[in-house]
Amino acid sequence: MAADGAAAPEAVTTDSGIPVAPVYTAADVAGTPEDLSARLGLPGQPPFTRGPYQSMYRGRLWTMRQFAGYGSAEDTNARFRFLLGQGQTALSVAFDLPTQLGYDSADEIARPEVGRTGVAIDSADDMADLFGGLPLGQISVNFTINATAPIILATYLVAAERQGVARSQLTGTLQNDILKEFLARKAYMYPPGPSLRLAADVIEFAADALPRFNPISITGYHAREAGCNAIQELALTMASAIAYCAELTGRGLDFDRFAPRLSFHFATTLDLFEEVAKLRAARRMWYAIATERFGATNPEAARLRFFSGNSGSTLTAQQPLNNVIRSTIQCLGAVLGGAQSIHVMGYDEAFQLPSEEAVRLSLRTQQIIGLETGVSRTADPLAGSYFVEHLTDEIEARAWDILAEIDALGGAASALERGVPQSWITQAAYQAERDIAEGRRPKVGVNIYATPAEDDPSQLIEPARSDPALAERQIARTASRQARRDARACAQALDQLRAVTSFGQNVMPALVDAARAGATVGEMAGVFRAEFGEFREPAPW
Amino acid sequence: MIRPRIVLAKPGLDGHDRGVKVVAMGLRDAGAEVIYLGLRVRPEQLVAAALAEDASVVGISVLSGAHVPITRQILAAMRDAGLEASLVVGGTIPAADVRVLCDLGAAAVFPSGVLLPEVVSGVLAIARARAA
Repeated sequence: MAADGAAAPEAVTTDSGIPVAPVYTAADVAGTPEDLSARLGLPGQPPFTRGPYQSMYRGRLWTMRQFAGYGSAEDTNARFRFLLGQGQTALSVAFDLPTQLGYDSADEIARPEVGRTGVAIDSADDMADLFGGLPLGQISVNFTINATAPIILATYLVAAERQGVARSQLTGTLQNDILKEFLARKAYMYPPGPSLRLAADVIEFAADALPRFNPISITGYHAREAGCNAIQELALTMASAIAYCAELTGRGLDFDRFAPRLSFHFATTLDLFEEVAKLRAARRMWYAIATERFGATNPEAARLRFFSGNSGSTLTAQQPLNNVIRSTIQCLGAVLGGAQSIHVMGYDEAFQLPSEEAVRLSLRTQQIIGLETGVSRTADPLAGSYFVEHLTDEIEARAWDILAEIDALGGAASALERGVPQSWITQAAYQAERDIAEGRRPKVGVNIYATPAEDDPSQLIEPARSDPALAERQIARTASRQARRDARACAQALDQLRAVTSFGQNVMPALVDAARAGATVGEMAGVFRAEFGEFREPAPW
Repeated sequence: MIRPRIVLAKPGLDGHDRGVKVVAMGLRDAGAEVIYLGLRVRPEQLVAAALAEDASVVGISVLSGAHVPITRQILAAMRDAGLEASLVVGGTIPAADVRVLCDLGAAAVFPSGVLLPEVVSGVLAIARARAA
């Protein structure tokens, strides 16, 4: 494109700005072949660059985990049964915003949002209904929940008790990464300090009580979706992981004991080779951090496992079927990068919450890649590619530089309080938008090969309507359950929660007791709100 | 020429603020005075801020799907307070809902897919029409 113009050709780079040469050779891979072997190891062996497990997908395909939830517990239970019937291998619960932010459905600010972005959960009774007929001892469950993660975990443990399932049998993941809420996702409640304490309470509790459950999923995904690049995503993820681990080792916990259950979450976007390189670099960085900073001696404590979410921000409202192609490439990137579980976006998510048809196609995308393409036959198939190894080294080196900047600011929590990474994200998002609007970055169907709006199929799709009576039904149901519970026992349990919260003890046992006594999500969150106060973000500019 | 004064906010509980911040920066670079109120702004807070700031346009961004009831609440709060400003709405808004929001009284709706220059010029045109 530059050949016919007089202007100086623009540098060719990856999406995160790493220069790309026309061709790569052995000279672009640093050191000797033996050096490279040491940087890679074998799959399942330190430094885990090539994957956390020896057999990778030959042993078992990744977990296909489509995020789902809407309406009432019964509505979502039906969607779960549909997905399991279609061959999905685990569940992933989307909660509505009131549940994520600790409001009961009856709260004034909650009403317009009840059951929209996910399922409405007001109490352990709702959680028991959500999993009615689904054996929790056999199904791995992911919970996208953060500010109220300890509360939601408590209601889940009560639901499992009612099914007679032992805690030691429970498998799944609680997102519980509150730092990234301040960074990007913005579903925070209390200030960063007490928020970090509650997240650590969950991890500490799980280290004893939930041996097969991942009590946190540490992520840069949302920062990436909000605008930052792949290198910043990687560095911010590692910075958060360091902050949680420092909090836990500061309490006297043994890193080798809790770190094997830490899990991670990355975005996979469209720059295929850069994304694969990022995921490989992530495993190598975590190995270095775990062994060098935290003195890990248990290899499992230094072995990074991750969930990959495809990028919603790469999808377009225009010509929505194009998104199927975008999502397919992103899913392939996650597979080539060695993901343990994957979510593929619905092609309609740029303009609505995904339809059942779109969700099924997302699952089919994963199944076709897993079963028809052969990419699962061998571990880390891009290893040894001059280009991919060069990119892996380059991304890692640049991510260490950013991590050093964050360390110099006093670590992740302190950098967030000062708003530094937030401003990286906002500036990058603005630049990306201008690049598309001004034609510097091609976006098919948007700034190139566009069709007139009236011909666009997205204009014809009738939006899914939420049930207007849902909020009223949910409010009435919770009210009748509150009327039936043992009021005295519930008040006592909430008093106990208040006491352990203010004395700085681990809140989990008292939360489980309160959830069992019928306390609502809003009542339990209210205890924390009163104790910690609510956080308001400083102005972004 | 007087700089148009525009109040932007995220009402409801949705935290997806990438879009509203990009729009705020675009309007600022186009010469508007932008007051961004942040997340979880209740209708009465939004109206009070718009009155205090003498804003000609109030902009909200909703990506949770709750745009219809939230727009209805905010327009009611604006009427109750006698706020004479135009309301513009952005977010993940299906095409069929654009008409619904305009019928409720929104001056303009910018669903996902609209490019930044179009949003900025659309909002500024509404602000100028109010000033005229």
